[in-house]
Amino acid sequence: MPPVSEPRASFWRRFVESRNGLGLLFMLPAAVFLLCFLTYPLGLGVWLGFTDARIGRSGQWIGLENYAWLMDDPVFWLSVFNTLFYTVVASVLKFGLGLWLALLLNRHLPCKNFFRAIILLPWVVPTVLSALAFWWIFDSQFSIISWVLLKWGIISQPINFLGDPWNARLSVMAANVWRGIPFVAISLLAGLQTIPQSLNEAAAIDGATPWQRFTKVTLPLLTPIIAVVMTFSVLFTFTDFQLIYVLTRGGPVNATHLMATLSFQRAIPGGQLGEGAAIAVAMIPFLLAAILFSFFGLQRRKWQQGAD
Amino acid sequence: MTDQTTITDDHEGLEQFESRTRRIMLVWLPLACFVFVLLFPFYWMAITAVKPNAQLTDYQNHSPFWVVGPTLEHIKYLLFETSYPGWLWNTLVVAVCSTFLSLLASVFAAYAIERLRFRGARVTGLLIFLAYLVPPSILFIPLSVIVFQIGIFDSKLALILTYPTFLIPFCTWLLMGYFRSIPYELEESALVDGATRWQILTKVVLPLAVPGLISAGIFAFTLSWNEFIYALTFISSSENKTIPVGVLTELVRGDIYEWGALMSGALLGSLPVVILYSFFVDYYVSSMTGAVKE
Repeated sequence: MPPVSEPRASFWRRFVESRNGLGLLFMLPAAVFLLCFLTYPLGLGVWLGFTDARIGRSGQWIGLENYAWLMDDPVFWLSVFNTLFYTVVASVLKFGLGLWLALLLNRHLPCKNFFRAIILLPWVVPTVLSALAFWWIFDSQFSIISWVLLKWGIISQPINFLGDPWNARLSVMAANVWRGIPFVAISLLAGLQTIPQSLNEAAAIDGATPWQRFTKVTLPLLTPIIAVVMTFSVLFTFTDFQLIYVLTRGGPVNATHLMATLSFQRAIPGGQLGEGAAIAVAMIPFLLAAILFSFFGLQRRKWQQGAD
Repeated sequence: MTDQTTITDDHEGLEQFESRTRRIMLVWLPLACFVFVLLFPFYWMAITAVKPNAQLTDYQNHSPFWVVGPTLEHIKYLLFETSYPGWLWNTLVVAVCSTFLSLLASVFAAYAIERLRFRGARVTGLLIFLAYLVPPSILFIPLSVIVFQIGIFDSKLALILTYPTFLIPFCTWLLMGYFRSIPYELEESALVDGATRWQILTKVVLPLAVPGLISAGIFAFTLSWNEFIYALTFISSSENKTIPVGVLTELVRGDIYEWGALMSGALLGSLPVVILYSFFVDYYVSSMTGAVKE
């Protein structure tokens, strides 16, 4: 037996000791997982978008019918508009407020670590659960915000936060911004801390005003990290589902439906898997645009570090 | 991840030239507003959770911001008359199992990409990063079909197997950064001493990467604790639900909202991650900023 098994064993040994062999072996668990539960579903999702699959029935290939149907569907276009509006406004606000908060925290403050810790809380707590708190804050009758404003005499009637289309859009955006600020602020703070204080001081000695120091020193050095942070932020805002699902479920009259919630609505409670998948696939071009943006953001970083 | 050192210079720099009032107006006032807005929903959640029903909606006779005679009635109701403890247990099991699985797969993957540098390692690293950017919102429909086909629909296994789709890319990416910061010389000298790759990984690299493992672990745990869309889609029976799904779908009945019970459900469901977070703040921050910085 030994003469037979020996070359096998040595092949195994050679395989395991070689860089590529062992690399392959080590990659195997993660690769199998991601291929089965990420790559395959992604492909399956694209395929489902071309079928009329329903829950409990595998679909027939129907070509672009789903997409043609969506093209004529005003609710779909409303959800595209809502998604873009939601993403743009919420991201701009998150960026502005997050950067402001990061700049505040980057100063010489007592209990800096304490502030940093409590500011991250909205991001740590499960979104659904904090969204429930917002649901209660935005209650049509017992909203605490309405109560305070009534008390101060600013309004005469309770605000119907989630019942009116534009109020509902602004309310869910406010909740999204609330949840997104900590991530932006803490990430940008980490970026700010890598900028040496001496650069700012040198600029100040040369007579730069605080605003000039901010726009000509801090901001350029922060650009690469801003690009990455905002790509993440845009991606997660664009594909947001939880907040909308808890606060409005897309209502009133579809005014707050995002593409993700509409896709869920059509696919799971509605049973139209094919149509839901088509809506999800329609999100991909936007996501690719965001990823490309991130890619070029990272490219710029190399150039700024003087790598080549 | 390579530059873990945050600059901690205690000198005040240019700030010492600012007047006190200017400092209060420009720093402390905005900061106080931020802290107030960011924390108010939690305060509101907590105060509602302990308010007796009579005070809950009676803003005329009781100030809504405070509570007279707090009650544990809502929490008691939650723990003894609903399936809440079961959801808590489900969430814990799912989070622990999927975190463990993801960490295991990620350690090997990250080591292979970063240190074995097999052919195509760079491309694999990039693919892992791209995998992290694939959102659950576009995966849940096909995944629900798959979960149904392999017969694990409405079971904890469905969640344990699907959560790693977003955990593995994240953990691998994070650990790659940690492994990169471990000097090559340590591994080389172990190799010269005759250690195998396996021994190098378990005896040299992993002990040095413990902070990275903790970061990745608690972060993955939090992400799976907070996950919602997969749990909502793949689970239908009440006894298999996780906290976020259970609280939202089972405690909200019709038009009568039991705000006290809802808020105490939200409060109790947040506590585990908040406690974990309070112990490991720095690990959280480093994993969050680490994932972004690379």
